[in-house]
Amino acid sequence: MAFSETSNNSATTFPKDLPRISGAEAVIRSLLAEGVETLFGYPGGAIISVYDALYDYRDRLNHILVRHEQCAVHAAQGYARATGRTGVCMVTSGPGATNTVTGLADAMLDSTPIVLITGQVSSSILGTDAFQEINFIEITNSVSKWNCQVKRAEDIPEAIARAFYIASSGRPGPVVVDITKDAQTGLLDFEYNPMKFIRSYMPENDIDDTSIIEAARLINLARKPMALIGQGVILGGAEKELLDFINKSGIPATSTLMGLSALPSDHPQYVGMMGMHGNYAPNIKNRDCDLLIAIGMRFDERATGKPENFGINAKIIHMEIDPAEVNKLIYADVAVMGDVKKTLPLLTEKIAKKEHTAWIDEFRTCANIERENVIEPAIERRGENLRMGEVVDAVSQQFDDAIIVTDVGQQQMFASRYFNFKRSRSIITSGGLGTMGYGLPAAIGAKIGMPEREVCLFVGDGGLQMTSQELGTMYQSEVGVKIVLMNNGYLGMVRQWQELFYDRRYSFTELVNPDFELLAKANHLQYRYVDKHEDLDDAVKEMRNAKGAFLLEVRVQKEENVFPMVPAGQPLENIRLE
Amino acid sequence: MNKEFIITVFSENKVGLLSQITTVFTHRNVNIESLTVSESAIEGVHKYTIMVCNEEDKVANLVKQIEKKVDVLKAFCYTPSEVVMQQIALYKVKRGRNVEELVRRHNVRILDIHDDYIVLEKTGHKEEIDELYQMLSPYGLYQFVCSGLVAIIKSRTELMNEYMQHVEERRRKAMK
Ligand SMILES: Cc1ncc(C[n+]2csc(CCOP(=O)(O)OP(=O)(O)O)c2C)c(N)n1
Ligand SMILES: [Mg+2]
Repeated sequence: MAFSETSNNSATTFPKDLPRISGAEAVIRSLLAEGVETLFGYPGGAIISVYDALYDYRDRLNHILVRHEQCAVHAAQGYARATGRTGVCMVTSGPGATNTVTGLADAMLDSTPIVLITGQVSSSILGTDAFQEINFIEITNSVSKWNCQVKRAEDIPEAIARAFYIASSGRPGPVVVDITKDAQTGLLDFEYNPMKFIRSYMPENDIDDTSIIEAARLINLARKPMALIGQGVILGGAEKELLDFINKSGIPATSTLMGLSALPSDHPQYVGMMGMHGNYAPNIKNRDCDLLIAIGMRFDERATGKPENFGINAKIIHMEIDPAEVNKLIYADVAVMGDVKKTLPLLTEKIAKKEHTAWIDEFRTCANIERENVIEPAIERRGENLRMGEVVDAVSQQFDDAIIVTDVGQQQMFASRYFNFKRSRSIITSGGLGTMGYGLPAAIGAKIGMPEREVCLFVGDGGLQMTSQELGTMYQSEVGVKIVLMNNGYLGMVRQWQELFYDRRYSFTELVNPDFELLAKANHLQYRYVDKHEDLDDAVKEMRNAKGAFLLEVRVQKEENVFPMVPAGQPLENIRLE
Repeated sequence: MNKEFIITVFSENKVGLLSQITTVFTHRNVNIESLTVSESAIEGVHKYTIMVCNEEDKVANLVKQIEKKVDVLKAFCYTPSEVVMQQIALYKVKRGRNVEELVRRHNVRILDIHDDYIVLEKTGHKEEIDELYQMLSPYGLYQFVCSGLVAIIKSRTELMNEYMQHVEERRRKAMK
């Protein structure tokens, strides 16, 4: 028996006297037992049996046919991040499986709960270099939280139960279940027990009260504290607990790119985003802090700048669910291990109610400098060309409760900087891997997961062309994503680095683009082009009012830079305003 | 500063786990000096004994990365002084009076004798094994092999047994 220790308490979902079912059908029934409603996938020879079983369950399982397996994973990621549920995808062996690797890597770095089911050749020919055989377990070792190969039909339910438990518990991540053809066609008595415990896996530590007491003591003593909000708050569903902590402590709060929207952008203690293209105040003030409270974040180098200088005068409290992140990059004076949803209230209870008015005023002064020198010039409707900042600002005004999805590059940074977030899970972006092409499929997944919310994608001319085949998916599955294409004719973010650090040698960053109107038309998308300040609001309004998918192509200034900027590898205080 | 550490890893018996564990080292550019894998004293649990030479902080992080693997039960890290450790080496040498003299003096076992060579076995620390190698070399050393290292901790209780009790408590809680 491949798996041992669980099946003793039986919660049989289907009566035993039913005829035995195939492994393929067991896959589908297991998904249903986990409450799955939607999956993203692409069929092929080694998974055809499962697709055949799916045919009888079309009314209960919504399968979205993507156009490339990488996008099945990205769509499942968008779905997961919009809904908080585990994203599910299914692909065939060999090339189908290898195509998913970028998606898995992205989900791994951004802690997105994903279950990927892959077909595999029959167990009798494993290891013979059979047609479309690839050792997918070996390939996914470093891009999955867990993986397993199932070679017998009767092991399928338990493997899938494990997969869902592991993907969604503790620090979430992508999980792969590789199922051989003979396991799909073999028969079993189906019984499904959701997994509650795996002896080798401890998703959360027991909470250590002394760490909470020590953290509270440091917070009560601190004169210049700052809270750093990471995605852990969103993954833990701890937005309310965070708000209580921030309100009672009076501490100014900044966010990583992945933590955006956990705290509303207009909260009086919110001081903006930290890191490379973050706001001026939280970056420049990092040096002055005497205490940093990291809440569900992992000190990515894009967020901390040069680690040796990070919080150089501060003590550090690290609240984190993953023990391997503690002291990995930044030494923690106090580590509060556990899910922030549980640890934050314990901490809030123990801290004194305070206001840090003078300290927050220091942030305001910095924010004013940024507003005057960077933000206002970026969003004002002036100059010869449209620019990305004003476009995001215009969209933000009309799409106020939308989920924003971004691709990677300059448009990503403008969207994160200039969009006003009102509630949690309002931004979906590739942070850790920075995967161009992520945006469109992720937006599709987000819209399918949250059909009642407006989903607005910001994407560059480079990034759109990485996964533009998914416009076909949008058409076939009638997904009403609103796309804002920021067309600058450049791989803008790379061009910016070339301008600033490589003497303006624009080596292979200029794009000669296709006719995006024809691309839109070919995929039955509504389309509008805008290149003038005075047309911008109207164009955004037209997109807002349109039913169904829409592509708004915005011709933006060719050479615009994202500022502020902390040059890579430098301390946050070296932040440049221009 | 680089120091020697002995990492012991207890895991489920899962195909492919060895490569997951070694990847943790290669990913961080840490060389494995020695690696032994076998069943542990606990049924169904495999044990890896790994020796590395690196900075303490780096090794501490490595251990956490290993433990993070879902199928790994627990990983411990020790300094050489906290364990008793041994390796085994085999030497195939040309027969001769000098060699037999060495055998007597160095507590070496003779495993096999042929007309023109003998096979010797030495169990001990790496340094002792190397020392014997140096001494035998001048007399015609045909072949030499050395095993990875095994180690047993000096403290009386096996930490892993305590840990398994803790796991059992967690299981009872989770199943309630
Ligand atoms: C798959 C992939 N390849 C390359 C890169 C490197 N890269 C980062 S941003 C960028 C430019 C993106 O250009 P575009 O999509 O037009 O967006 P812009 O920066 O112009 O807004 C590139 C090439 C990447 N992040 N991902
Ligand atoms: Mg561009």
